[in-house]
Amino acid sequence: MTAPVSDSRPLYLDAINAQRAALPGQTVPAIRTLREEGQARFAELGFPTARLEDWKYTNVSAIAGQLFKPVNGALATVSSEQLHSHLFADLPAHRLVFVNGRHAPALSSVGKLPAGVIVGSLAEILATRPNIVEPHLGKIAPTGTNGFTALNAALFADGACVHLARGAVAEQPIYIVYVSTGDTDSVMTTPRNLVVLEESAQATVIEQYLALDDARYLTNVVTEAALGANSRLEQYRLQQESTKSYHIGTWYVRQARDSRFISHTVDLGGLLARNDLHDILGAEGAECEFNGLYVVDGRSHVDNHTCVDHAKPRGTSREYYKGVLDGMARAVFNGRVVVHPDAQQTDAQQMNNNLLLSRNAEVDTKPQLEIYADDVKCSHGATVGQLDTDALFYLRSRAVDEQTARDLLTYAFANDVLSRMKLAAIRLPLEQRLTTRLLRGRSLNELELI
Amino acid sequence: MLSIKNLQASVEGKPILKGIDLEVKAGEVHAIMGPNGSGKSTLANVLAGRDGYEVTGGSVTYQGKDLLALKPEERAREGVFLAFQYPVEVPGVSNIYLLKAALNAIRKHRGLSELDAMDFLTLVRERLKLVEMKEEFLYRAVNEGFSGGEKKRNEILQMAILEPALALLDETDSGLDIDALKIVANGVNALRSPERAMIVVTHYQRLLNYIVPDRVHVLAHGKIVKSGDKSLALELEKQGYAWVTEDAPRASA
Repeated sequence: MTAPVSDSRPLYLDAINAQRAALPGQTVPAIRTLREEGQARFAELGFPTARLEDWKYTNVSAIAGQLFKPVNGALATVSSEQLHSHLFADLPAHRLVFVNGRHAPALSSVGKLPAGVIVGSLAEILATRPNIVEPHLGKIAPTGTNGFTALNAALFADGACVHLARGAVAEQPIYIVYVSTGDTDSVMTTPRNLVVLEESAQATVIEQYLALDDARYLTNVVTEAALGANSRLEQYRLQQESTKSYHIGTWYVRQARDSRFISHTVDLGGLLARNDLHDILGAEGAECEFNGLYVVDGRSHVDNHTCVDHAKPRGTSREYYKGVLDGMARAVFNGRVVVHPDAQQTDAQQMNNNLLLSRNAEVDTKPQLEIYADDVKCSHGATVGQLDTDALFYLRSRAVDEQTARDLLTYAFANDVLSRMKLAAIRLPLEQRLTTRLLRGRSLNELELI
Repeated sequence: MLSIKNLQASVEGKPILKGIDLEVKAGEVHAIMGPNGSGKSTLANVLAGRDGYEVTGGSVTYQGKDLLALKPEERAREGVFLAFQYPVEVPGVSNIYLLKAALNAIRKHRGLSELDAMDFLTLVRERLKLVEMKEEFLYRAVNEGFSGGEKKRNEILQMAILEPALALLDETDSGLDIDALKIVANGVNALRSPERAMIVVTHYQRLLNYIVPDRVHVLAHGKIVKSGDKSLALELEKQGYAWVTEDAPRASA
């Protein structure tokens, strides 16, 4: 571990200067400009501090106090056998695997794609078809909302690029895997993903973040998604980073008329994870649904910041986040909903429920509604609590011992979020993981009857 | 089977049961009647072991054991079953999962092997008929979104599968229309047996037209003020509770 420094900014700026020339796409003017902006914004902002309202409950001084060396090109070797047990094996998908932030073609398998569908690594597409990327990259996510997004803009070298032309349908999901492995202590990856769906296109995109060993690294990812009119994107995001790692993820989504965006966010790993999901319902009739689950224990910290911008009339948003906290874990939920003056007949609902299994766990949950239109339906609710004592007694009165009853109710609470996932090939393995975690490995075979 | 002696219990520091004495033999059905607030449901909950009901005196002996020393799950394994007045919704836990977990916990306690999936389903399907429930109820979360009548039938279904030695029915008739009441009563009657005792707690005599008790007790102000055979229930129906309860304050003074 590098010795802590009071301001790591110059170290990062040096690293950016050293790497810049070698980054892919530097010959594309829009990309070069994006990186320069990122660098300038990072020089200005540095890492966020607790003085900023948005970072009040999430302290990133452990990240700011040292240099996490940007990885660029140094690939650790990973065999498909090593990777296999970590993947969703029963999921037929177009798979892109990235090892320490760089595309690993040998581990990837993108099958025959339907007409109008492009799936590839960002570096490769920047080299071969920059016109796919140029109009969108850095246009959906602002470059410098904070030091992390600025740093990502300055340093991104690779990521997934998904593009669906008008009316194209990707029947098989697009499965993006980020693997951290090898000597990754104090290393930072800055993946950048771009998903573009033109009018009436349909796709399912899975992002999975995992580690093969227990290193202390930083993932600083930015994903941008543009949904054309009447398109449909279902996104799964599974954070299973190492228990010593930091995960900072930023998602910016922009939706056109009558488009539909569904997001499933599951945080099961990481020492500190921060997710910013920002969705702009930029045209009439756009719909979004965010489902989130975080299961946190030890000294881990998970922060979900969501923001839905209802910019135009008749938009619908649904947010449903649940958390289970044990040990000395801490969670933050901040759900911001902005209804702009134009956005009449907005229908926005938000719910955040938390279960505390230990006295030392802590949750800060905050709905943040800003409504500037008058004909709207907006609701929100947040709970932080223990298990329902009536349900507990009911199960015990049916001969179930107290610990099993507690575990079962905890599992049911959390599984409620997973049950909203359509893809069984993802849902079932995650349920299995939840079983191991919350049912202490006890069998749920009986559930197979269902 | 069950011997209750001078049982006293408080809820939130307030005495509710003020000395209950009751003897129930195997094969008998006892009805506990009484006005609202007389302590009927408290008695059922104390016997099932619910938290928040503090026993302040007396004893309960069940099949020779000190019932009050057992945890709720231990009581259930020993054959005590409470049909809830307000069955609890348990989102995310399916009916069939709970039935299987419960039945196997009880079988294990009795030294029996777990039922395999086929035998279990055969048993459950047969008992579903008893309470006229569709199989789809098995796969729904416990009581979630069930109507009042469906919840009560579900309680009787659980009872039919778990085959308790002592069944406590807490206001099982409340909120039921006459058709649902008949179904529930038929289910209960089918489970009457020489080995099984039942305590039926009810406010109204109506249920006792369908589940005919061997003994009727009237509870008032935390004490049994009158006991008799089934004709006592009819008498109460005619005369109202004032007939028996007006003496009670004097009796406890």
